[in-house]
Amino acid sequence: MTVRHYEDRVVTAFLYCAVFWALLGMVAGVWVAAELVWPTIDFGIPALSFGRLRTAHTTLVLFGFGVSALIATAIYSVQRTSHVRLFAPGLAWALFWAWQLAIVLGAASILAGWTSAKEYAELEWPFDIAIAVAWVAFAVIFFGTIARRKVEPIYISNWFYGALIIVVAMLHIVNSLALPATLGKSYSLFAGAQDAVVQWWYGHNAVGFLLTGGFLGMLYYFLPKQAEQPIWSYRLSIVAFWAFVYTYIWAGPHHLHYHAVPEWVQSLGMVMSLILLAPSWATMVNGIMTVAGAAKKLRTDPALKFIVLALAFYGLATFEGPMLAIKSVNVFSHFTEWTIGHVHSGALGWNALITFGTFYFLVPRLAGVPLYSTRLANVHFWLALAGTMLYVLAMWGAGVSQGVLWLSLDDLGEVRFSFNDVMAAMQPYYLLRLLAGLAFLAGTVLMAVNLAKTFAGRPTAVAMPPAGRRA
Amino acid sequence: MNWVSLHHRIERNAGLLIFGILLVSSIGGMVQLLPIVTGDSHAHPAPGLRPPTALELEGRDLYIRESCGVCHTQQIRPLLAEVKRYGPYSRSGEFAWDRPFLWGSKRTGPDLARIGGRYTDEWHRLHLLDPRSVVPASIMPAYPWLAEHRADRHGTIQARMRTLARLGHPYTDEQIAAAPGALDGRTELDAVIAYLQSLGGSMKGAPQP
Ligand code: HEC
Ligand code: HEM
Ligand code: HEM
Repeated sequence: MTVRHYEDRVVTAFLYCAVFWALLGMVAGVWVAAELVWPTIDFGIPALSFGRLRTAHTTLVLFGFGVSALIATAIYSVQRTSHVRLFAPGLAWALFWAWQLAIVLGAASILAGWTSAKEYAELEWPFDIAIAVAWVAFAVIFFGTIARRKVEPIYISNWFYGALIIVVAMLHIVNSLALPATLGKSYSLFAGAQDAVVQWWYGHNAVGFLLTGGFLGMLYYFLPKQAEQPIWSYRLSIVAFWAFVYTYIWAGPHHLHYHAVPEWVQSLGMVMSLILLAPSWATMVNGIMTVAGAAKKLRTDPALKFIVLALAFYGLATFEGPMLAIKSVNVFSHFTEWTIGHVHSGALGWNALITFGTFYFLVPRLAGVPLYSTRLANVHFWLALAGTMLYVLAMWGAGVSQGVLWLSLDDLGEVRFSFNDVMAAMQPYYLLRLLAGLAFLAGTVLMAVNLAKTFAGRPTAVAMPPAGRRA
Repeated sequence: MNWVSLHHRIERNAGLLIFGILLVSSIGGMVQLLPIVTGDSHAHPAPGLRPPTALELEGRDLYIRESCGVCHTQQIRPLLAEVKRYGPYSRSGEFAWDRPFLWGSKRTGPDLARIGGRYTDEWHRLHLLDPRSVVPASIMPAYPWLAEHRADRHGTIQARMRTLARLGHPYTDEQIAAAPGALDGRTELDAVIAYLQSLGGSMKGAPQP
């Protein structure tokens, strides 16, 4: 079977952009982290102001880095698991340019102050329409390739990528419903408490089907590939998949505990979040058992090390999540840095690490040469691990302190600590988080250099001929 | 047919797989969302609540532009400490005119649901221009540019009010016609302060838990 048969240049293009957006998004993340330590380093420039830059951070890492990485790996793996060349490669290139242009203009529009103020859906209506159209193109390419497959069963990773495409389309369209007033301003079709319920149905499931489900697609293809082992239990993967798709959707209201929304929705959200632990961990167990046969390779192979560590953080984040969804825990964690710690144990430990591992796997294959430096990749591994751990520990410390101090009452039943006292107590934690971010960013820079050097070392004759002739 | 052979069919048919995912993933959303979003959100506004005036609306849209909501919540939970600190807990009727809702998810700064009337306009002016001039340890950003721009710089207030009217906000033609005049001579800073002062007033005297 020949690798040259596949359309991989568009994979490479998405991969390059994913690395670029990772770097830019993390620089923005480090910058907003620094602004909480030194609040004047926006220098009075509106675009660098905390609110706008933080929104740019989340948009760049989620939709620039995350989605570019997901599309790259989906296009790569769907061809291999279907044994056919990509359907409509021209459309894939159109998707590439459209998506990258949307991220460039979208980030600029956010820095300019265009925002819908809905978390993880901040881009204004012109971008919402562009994203919906691009997403349809993604669906056509992906399902078109599957429809032409040469193998009968549709491989597991494609179920997850498929769920990503379908469910995110549904969430995006409903949550973006709005009436435009001007080019950069629209008003939500839903108001107040209704808007909140719709937003967190979207917000939680964007996390569920993009940051969790989409990346599980990545896991199910690249983990067995790199470990050179078959998936441990096929039946477990079926049960876990459908339980995941069914249960996740119900859990959104755990973002609205004790808010002005009906009590039954909150309780339902909490119960479903607890149940969600089962399919989440079933998938983790399946992954761990798959890699168990490759223990020796795990010690030497950087790609596999990243992927397995990511699996561990996936286990942590999907354990912590249901705990945070318990109302009596959420009373303390809600609105605090604890949430930020939970977010980044998932975002750094799970999403970023599995993507890094996958890129260390992919780039030597795309370039046709071995990785430029395994040592550099190992240094990156330790920087990423240290950065993630420090980030999460600092935010746990900060979040638990906030949660307890804010709710603490004295003997007369009055609040014990003023808001500003608690704010001042956060400073050491914010500084630690900044250091953690710098370590994580430094590791990512090393990876970018390593991957660029690997590409630079490829034999030019293999890379250049047009795809048609290589087929 | 047992479930393994059922799945044997689903995983061999892309159409079935797509349909299955769509079906299974939409159940939860329909049960939770439909009963809530099909009701009229304007039907039960809190007593005394009115839609924002032109100046307050401009201030609210600026609060959105600057993403103040990533650091500030507008949602007081029915917990003793929270009610002591911020005032009566939030009721859904208080948000009837909120498009979009601005409850937030993170309290880097304090809750603002009932900030209206707690400070003077002058305090807010000093605070927004340089938070550290009134709260030395504050980590809130300064917003000097709000004072430099006049309110409704791009002249879109009428378009915005008309859009909201189409969504059911009871703005009269007279109010919309008078809007540019109401903003005349005001700065963005004035608008943000007017918005902050309007927050939470309608339920100030509500019973505590
Ligand atoms: C980096 C996060 C951050 C952003 C963004 C932010 N604030 Fe703040 N805000 C704070 C912090 C921290 C405090 C508490 C210290 C102080 O009073 O300055 C605060 C305090 C306040 C207070 C006083 C509340 C009280 O009860 O004493 C108001 C009013 C306020 N902010 C309004 C705004 C507005 C309006 C914006 C947007 C233009 C904004 N804030 C943006 C963090 C932020
Ligand atoms: C079983 C799985 C999970 C459950 C039940 C869960 C549950 C929760 C809960 C209860 C919160 C706090 C809501 C609040 O108090 O405001 C939260 C926040 C969050 N979680 Fe998870 N989580 C899970 C997995 C993950 C994973 C794997 C990620 C990946 C990155 C993730 C990303 C986030 C994000 C981004 C937020 C912040 C939302 C906001 O802006 O407020 N979660 N989650
Ligand atoms: C160098 C690494 C990073 C640093 C230093 C960093 C820093 C930050 C900071 C300071 C915030 C704002 C927290 C607050 O308002 O209190 C934030 C929010 C966020 N970041 Fe990061 N970040 C990094 C990487 C990432 C990555 C790679 C992802 C996703 C894949 C990510 C996803 C998010 C999300 C979803 C939020 C919003 C959380 C919420 O609203 O609850 N971050 N980050």
